[in-house]
Amino acid sequence: MIEVSSDAVPKLPRGVRLRRDEVRNEWLLLAPERVLKPDAIAVAVLERCDGVRTVTAIVDDLATAYAAPRETIEADVKKMLADLQAKRVLDLN
Amino acid sequence: MNDMTVPNPSTATRVPPPAPLGMLAELTHRCPLSCPYCSNPVDLEKRSLELDTETWKRVFSEAAAMGVLHLHLSGGEPTARRDIVELTAHAVKVGLYTNLITSGIGVTYDKLKELADAGLDHVQLSIQDALPDNADRIAGLKGAHEKKRILAGQVLELGLPLTINAVIHRANIENIEALVNMALEFGARRVEIAHSQYYGWALENRNMLMPTREQVMAAAATVERLREELQGKLVIDAVVPDYYARLPKPCVGGWGKQSLNVTPQGKVLPCHAAETIPHLVFDYVTDKSLSEIWEHGSAFEAYRGTSWMKEPCTSCPRKEIDFGGCRCQALAITGDPANADPACSLSPFHAKITSLALKAADSGKTDYVYRSFGGVEGRPKVQITRNNGAPV
Repeated sequence: MIEVSSDAVPKLPRGVRLRRDEVRNEWLLLAPERVLKPDAIAVAVLERCDGVRTVTAIVDDLATAYAAPRETIEADVKKMLADLQAKRVLDLN
Repeated sequence: MNDMTVPNPSTATRVPPPAPLGMLAELTHRCPLSCPYCSNPVDLEKRSLELDTETWKRVFSEAAAMGVLHLHLSGGEPTARRDIVELTAHAVKVGLYTNLITSGIGVTYDKLKELADAGLDHVQLSIQDALPDNADRIAGLKGAHEKKRILAGQVLELGLPLTINAVIHRANIENIEALVNMALEFGARRVEIAHSQYYGWALENRNMLMPTREQVMAAAATVERLREELQGKLVIDAVVPDYYARLPKPCVGGWGKQSLNVTPQGKVLPCHAAETIPHLVFDYVTDKSLSEIWEHGSAFEAYRGTSWMKEPCTSCPRKEIDFGGCRCQALAITGDPANADPACSLSPFHAKITSLALKAADSGKTDYVYRSFGGVEGRPKVQITRNNGAPV
């Protein structure tokens, strides 16, 4: 798995969609032949993967929004992004 | 052949099934290719029987409302439908994830652009081999491979994500690494290395398609190695060959549990090959709503859950993991669809499937029975009628 840099700009590529499933009442990440079920924190991260914000900006934003220690959030976010990149459902530019 | 066990629906558990995740829409059985491993039934449905645009759109709306997430626009060749753009746009509008499963033949750049503009999510393109001449021989169409290469370039140019699907069999199993490299070269994010499953046309061609056990072992090792090497570049999904397996595959993720198929004329099936099970009765989208068929259709109820099972499945700790494997394979090899899939080493028929595989692999035959309308020569034809019983 790759090291995610703080300057990287994560983005969900075309063909990967975060959507609310009203039938099952949950958030889903839809990808080719895959359905991933992000938890509430993962959804908060994914909603910020807009192809504009850097990893640093996303972590700062989450640290403020959730009043949580930045270091913990940074490690978790980078691990999650690396994992999604390995599955090719996230681009890091 | 053994007597068949016909499950009694009155004894089946009556818990409403969870919503399906995926739907395969076989929009048409027309296809410019004639691949001998095609998963379509041997009796292909004619153009004159195909559902009209409005009916497909209604079916897509119903699918989305009941909770289907992925819609696979398939065939045959789905772009042979003149209304493919309109159908795709509608599916996108109702919130379905749209996946175009194409041979890449006859798809113009303009058509592809219209599909991309309509919101198509993903393209899955088949390739038959890494060696163009062999690929064309397998597909039964000269020049097919080069057309696929061109289409792949256009898919990328339009910013659509691409999966390459390669069905693996004796004539290309030695070329898996080259196939994976070709998928990379085509710009795919994902590749499916799908060992041929022996139903429909592939069952007719088993002697010509079956690899040797040594080839299968080598192929598995190659896929494992490439997965490591290409992590983060290319996702490799594999469909394992089950004739040489010890454990059965959880076929379609469990009968009537995760997915459904709709044929060109609107017949709703739990899987591609379900029509080979003679006692099942299928419903049509022209007669009933999709959710009614999914929840109460007798073909879906027949093997849903575990109450239909016999030993060795009934007492098996894996019965909720693999659901006894594949009903159609159980029928084809053992004569009874309620038997354990003979791919399972606990099946009394396991030795039979192994010996069938070894014999087929050793047959030396290469003369494919190519997919075509009109079925297989020398086989009894099934009388095809409209769903109201009128002749075609």
